[in-house]
Amino acid sequence: MRLTILTPLLAALATAAPAQAEDYVIDTAHAFVQFRIQHLGYSWLHGRFNTFEGGFSYDENDPAAARVEVTIDTASIDTNHAERDKHLRSGDFLAVDAHPEARFVSTAYSENGDGSAELEGNLTLHGVTRPVTLEVTAIGAGPDPWGGYRRGFHGTTTLTLADFGIDYDLGPAAREVELELSVEGIRQ
Amino acid sequence: MGLRNDRERYGAVSVLLHWLVALAVFGLFGLGLWMTGLTYYDPWYTRAPWLHKGIGVTLLAVVILRLAWRLVSPPPPPPATHAPWERRGAALAHGLLYLLLLTVMATGYLISTADGRPLEVFGLFTIPALVTGIERQEDVAGSVHLVLASTVVGLATLHALAALKHHFIDADRTLLRMLGR
Repeated sequence: MRLTILTPLLAALATAAPAQAEDYVIDTAHAFVQFRIQHLGYSWLHGRFNTFEGGFSYDENDPAAARVEVTIDTASIDTNHAERDKHLRSGDFLAVDAHPEARFVSTAYSENGDGSAELEGNLTLHGVTRPVTLEVTAIGAGPDPWGGYRRGFHGTTTLTLADFGIDYDLGPAAREVELELSVEGIRQ
Repeated sequence: MGLRNDRERYGAVSVLLHWLVALAVFGLFGLGLWMTGLTYYDPWYTRAPWLHKGIGVTLLAVVILRLAWRLVSPPPPPPATHAPWERRGAALAHGLLYLLLLTVMATGYLISTADGRPLEVFGLFTIPALVTGIERQEDVAGSVHLVLASTVVGLATLHALAALKHHFIDADRTLLRMLGR
């Protein structure tokens, strides 16, 4: 599936962000949208979304103006088990035919001064949009060996599936899922 | 009833294989619909698909045996009382049933083996994954599996109704022959 948010995203970043803000496109070869959820309370089950795209803007002189947007192809879910992935795409969980995209759009970013930050935004999943807060760590930034400039972050948040209308009963230990975004952007 | 078919009657092998397939097809269809709706904590949540796969592979073996037996011992020609359109319709339905059955079993295999895992048969042996990596293979194979399985059951029901029509309306030996008489 082709995602088409990138052009409007960049256009929005270009028009809305201050002149010195740096716009980054997420390098999907160095970015991961992963999650983990308890299985029966006995172990962690890991999964990821293989197809997504997005970008962010970040200005070291004005970090509070940072913005992030990521769009995820929900059908690209991959938990390393085809039969489970089939079930997860069905109406019992993600209902990917009705809700082919999940999206995160940031609304606020505040740095704590120690390399960590809180990123607030709206997450649309399963057709339900709710505010979420990601605990973010700035990993690093600088030139890459090929003439570009890169910046990367790592963010985590915990979602309650039922909040997003996903209410298939996986047991009391599996009502929440931990979402992890590990992104590297290439400055435009 | 002899083992082999002759010009008038079906032999025991053909009769037995026919009813085994009928039982397995309707059983697998019901099992498949039921198991995909089970809740996570149902005791059958993992057991039912395990059974479905094992019976499915067994059915494939029985169908292949049936097709081979047709070569060894061809079925008797249709009763002389059958109208030409009935013969053509029956031959078409029988051919379609075989073709659809094989396709349904192939798509079932493609669901379970989509990620490269082998298909387990009653814990006795496994069938390796040969086709993997088709885009959303388990979803596509799953949709085709359901549609074609429903078609098989619909066609098999028509096949049974036709046999009952021959038995009760035409009062011929069509159904009795498949009961070994």
